[in-house]
Amino acid sequence: MITMITLRRFGAQTASILWKDLRCELRARQVWMAMGMFALLALVIFNFAFDLRVDNVAAVAPGALWIAFVFASILGLGRTFAAEQEHGSLDRLLLCPVDRKAIYAAKLLGNLVFIGAVELISLPVFAAIYNLPVLTGGIIPIVLLGTVGIAAIGTLFAAIAGNTRAREVLLPLLVFPLIVPVVIGAVRATQGLISPLAGDLPWLGLIAAFDVIFLSISAVTFAYVIEE
Amino acid sequence: MHVVGQPPAAPARGAPGLAPATGPARALEPVLRPLRAYGEYILAAASALGVILALWAAFFYAPTEAIQGDVQRIEYVHVPLAWVAYLAFFVVFAASILYLWRRDERWDLIARANAEIGTLFTTLVLVTGSLWGRPVWGAWWAWDARMTTTLILWFIYVGYLLLRSYTGRSEGGARSAAVLGIVGFVDVPINYLSITWWRTQHPAPQLPLGGEPQAPPAVVETLLLALLAFTLLYAYLLIQVYRLHRLQTEAERLRARIESA
Repeated sequence: MITMITLRRFGAQTASILWKDLRCELRARQVWMAMGMFALLALVIFNFAFDLRVDNVAAVAPGALWIAFVFASILGLGRTFAAEQEHGSLDRLLLCPVDRKAIYAAKLLGNLVFIGAVELISLPVFAAIYNLPVLTGGIIPIVLLGTVGIAAIGTLFAAIAGNTRAREVLLPLLVFPLIVPVVIGAVRATQGLISPLAGDLPWLGLIAAFDVIFLSISAVTFAYVIEE
Repeated sequence: MHVVGQPPAAPARGAPGLAPATGPARALEPVLRPLRAYGEYILAAASALGVILALWAAFFYAPTEAIQGDVQRIEYVHVPLAWVAYLAFFVVFAASILYLWRRDERWDLIARANAEIGTLFTTLVLVTGSLWGRPVWGAWWAWDARMTTTLILWFIYVGYLLLRSYTGRSEGGARSAAVLGIVGFVDVPINYLSITWWRTQHPAPQLPLGGEPQAPPAVVETLLLALLAFTLLYAYLLIQVYRLHRLQTEAERLRARIESA
C-alpha cells in the first residue's frame, strides 16, 4: 500500500536528483544551448530542403517541426546519464537508499524541462519563419503529450545505450522506431490545428494512451537497466 | 558448430561457468533430454519434408489465381514467413519477461535466438512482399499499415541485435536487451493502430493480402500445410541457434577463465 510517507519520500528523492541535474546544467549550459541551436537550424534547413511556399507549407511544416523536436530531443536525451558516466557517480547514486523509480522520474522530468525549454523557444520562431498560426492554446496539449512520449522512451533507452560503447550511435537507432506512433500522432494533430479537417481522428488520445503505456513500462523496467 | 546427437549432459559437465538450470528449464529437463537426443533428427526430417511438400502443393496442387495468375503462389511462402516472424518476436517478448523474472540464462539465450530468427524471417517477408507487390500493385512498396508495421518491427529488432552485439555476453547487456524485447513488442499494436489511422487519410491500395473470403479448399489446405512446415522449420532453427549461443557463451567464459588464470 502506498502511504503518504513513502509518497513524500519518493517526491523528495525525485526533487533532489532533479535539482542536482538542473543546477549542473545551469552552470555548464552544455546540453540546452546545443539542443536549442540544433532545433532552430533544423527548422531553417527544412525550409530549404522542401522549398516551402504558400501552397505546400501547411502540409509539410508540421512534419518539419516534429522532426526538429525529435532530433533535438535525441541530442539532450543522449546526455541524460553523461555526468554520471563521466564521473562514475552512478554507482554512488545506486548505493544510496533511493527508489529506482525516483531516479527514472527525476531523469525524465529533467529531460522534459530541457526539451520543453527548447520547444518554448523554437515554436515562436517556427510560427514566424513558416508564417503559420500555431501559437494558439491548442498547441499546448499536443506538444506536452508528444514530448512526454518521446522523453519517456528516450530516458529509458538513454540508460540502456549508456551501458554500451556506442551510446551516441545506438540511442537514435533504438528510439526512433519505437516513437513512430508519437511522431505520426503529433504531426497529424498539429496539422489538424493549422487546417482543421472534418472527421479528424483522436490523435491526442492515441498519444496519451502511448504515454501512459510507456511511462508505466519504463518505470517498472528501469530498475533492471541500471542495476549493477 | 553442430553437435547433433551428442548427449545433452556432456556440454554442461565440467563447465563451471554455466549456471545450473533452475525453474521451468529444470522442470522440462526429463522431457527435453530424450527429445534432444533423437527428436532433433525427426524434427529435421519433418521440416525438410514439410517444406518440400508445401512447395510442391504451392506449385502443383493449389489452383492458379484468376486475376493475379501464378504470381499469387508467393502467398504460400510469404504468409508462413510472416507467421514465423511474428511468432518469434512474441517468444522474444515472453522469454524476456521470464528472464527478468527468473534470471535463468536460458531464457536470455532463447530470446536472443528468436530475435535472430525473427529478424531473418522479417527480412524475407519484406523481400517476398515486394516481389509480390511489384507485379500485382505495380510498385515494390506501398505504405500499407501491415507493411509499414512490419518494416518498423524490422528496425526495432535490428536495433535489438545491434544492442546485443555492442553489449557482448554480459549480464547487464542481457537485462537491457530483455527490456528492449518487452518494450519493442508492446509497441507493435500501437504502431499498427497509428499507421492504420495515418493511412486512412489517403486512398488505400487494393490489397490482396488477408486472403479471399471464398478461397477454394485447395488454397486453404496448401496454406495450412505451408504454415505447419515453416513452423517445424522454425522449431528446428531455434534449437540450432539456441545451441550455438549456448556454446559460444560457454566458450567465451572458458576463454576468460584461461586468460585470468
